[in-house]
Amino acid sequence: MPEYAIETAALRREFGRNVAVAGLSLAVPRGEVFGFLGPNGAGKTTSLKLLLGLVAPTSGGGTVLGAPLGNTEVRAHIGFLPEHFRFHDCLNARELLYFHGRLLGLPTRGLDTRIEALLLRVGLDDAGHRPLRTYSKGMTQRAGLAQALLGSPELVFLDEPTSGLDPLGRLLVRDVIDELRAGGASVFLNSHLLGEVEATCDRVAFVKSGVVVHELSLAKAQGTLDVELRVGSADDALLEGLAAFGTGVTRDDTLVRMHANAESVLPDLARWLVGRGVALYELRCRRKTLEEWFVEVMGEDQRPG
Amino acid sequence: MRGVLLIARLTWLETRRRKIALAALICGLLFLTVFASAIYFGFRHVAEQGGVANMVEMRVASTILTVAGLYVVNFLVTAVAILLPIDSLSGEIGSGVIQTLASKPVDRAAIVVGKWLAYLAMTAAYLALLGGGVVLSMRLFADYQAPAVLMPMALMLLSAAVMLSITIAGGVRLSTITNGIVAFGFYGVAFIAGWMEQILGMFGNATARYVGTIVSLLSPSDAMWRRAAYEMQPLATAALQNGPFGVVSVPSAAMIVWAMAFVVLVLAFAAWQFRRRPL
Repeated sequence: MPEYAIETAALRREFGRNVAVAGLSLAVPRGEVFGFLGPNGAGKTTSLKLLLGLVAPTSGGGTVLGAPLGNTEVRAHIGFLPEHFRFHDCLNARELLYFHGRLLGLPTRGLDTRIEALLLRVGLDDAGHRPLRTYSKGMTQRAGLAQALLGSPELVFLDEPTSGLDPLGRLLVRDVIDELRAGGASVFLNSHLLGEVEATCDRVAFVKSGVVVHELSLAKAQGTLDVELRVGSADDALLEGLAAFGTGVTRDDTLVRMHANAESVLPDLARWLVGRGVALYELRCRRKTLEEWFVEVMGEDQRPG
Repeated sequence: MRGVLLIARLTWLETRRRKIALAALICGLLFLTVFASAIYFGFRHVAEQGGVANMVEMRVASTILTVAGLYVVNFLVTAVAILLPIDSLSGEIGSGVIQTLASKPVDRAAIVVGKWLAYLAMTAAYLALLGGGVVLSMRLFADYQAPAVLMPMALMLLSAAVMLSITIAGGVRLSTITNGIVAFGFYGVAFIAGWMEQILGMFGNATARYVGTIVSLLSPSDAMWRRAAYEMQPLATAALQNGPFGVVSVPSAAMIVWAMAFVVLVLAFAAWQFRRRPL
């Protein structure tokens, strides 16, 4: 089994003179929930379509679940929820899932049971017989989510999965992602809702003009704390001593700022300060939010989108 | 093959649910009712007049009516062959429905062929209903048995299959309306070239025949209708040559083979283009 669910090198796609994806190089390990972030028009959806084989690359290449991009067979193990999920609205959710199940190559036997279980999972068990045209936007999205999970996929692409969903629907998506992770599946999440990404993803990539400009492991990033100390007086010796507890120590009169690598250093830090006889008026710590990271990486002009 | 059959089934289900099949059935039955009534009352009137001694005239009239009826059937079936698939691919590409289909483990060619197969079956059923109704009406109410039925019907289906394939291929890249204009354009050009070939051919104009043949190669639908019309009236061809359904220049067997090859080639082109198209 290949180590990576997704691996690409310098993937590029041009539409005429317009370069949608300039050179995407990604490596998403199996079992990881990976967030793909970037401003509007950063080439996120085109990147996802390249990985799904819906769009062929102009140059570059890669593999998905070990198979080259565009491979047909491997799609049996991939789930996909497009940003605006649509299907023939004269069909009902059961029929929709039946056809998708058959297209995935699932045997007819046991398919009905699987469909009922999924309808129940996404909260559409009462509406499974109704034509899709009578569905609200959120219900259609739930049907799309069920469709993405139908084949017990090893890799799931979710493009803005919570668009049109109410808070309960968002919770559902979050739970589903957790279940996928627990089951060992990989998830590729395209979302501009940073709070959601923060809550679900193991790692994120920031993409700008179809190039990954920064990658961040959220588990590690969440360990990093911004620490602020207000002391009686901050001399050079104090700053040097503080460097043992973290990085980026700066001083602004009596206010000292630094990054601590873990929360566990804070009691030691306080003990050390008191032991040195430093007058400690305030000790505050704060985690950097993903939004702050986003703004830092993308620049102030690029708001999430 | 699984993909082809599944897509065909999905296409049929969609056509049925959108009440397209029902509308076609109702309109088809309406046409047949009018046609059968006209034949019934017309021929009863002739019989009440004390019968016509001239059997040849009766046969000629019956042949003309059969061909005229099937001419309308051919037009309706062609229209159905163009309109059924007109928004099938372009519509699904536009709405995004195609994204979930094309990301399944099914070759994109299967999507094209599956749709084509479903629409061809529906067109064939429509043709069988209308064409069969015309032939049966003539048999019941005019006591006229067309000299050939299966071969002309097969040629009319081939004519419709040509237009169906062109429309499916157009839907890969063109918007729905543009596709419709192009498909009817193909039909119209072949139609007018066919008439030109007939009318100018009567005056022995070799250039007209030449142009007609070239156009038939590019769009062989009308040529198949002309061959079908020829097949239906072998006895009376001499008498009808100058009529509206006369066939001066009969499309050859080679043209029939070409029409079949044309369908396969256009469908293969559609599948090839669809495989390359960004979705």
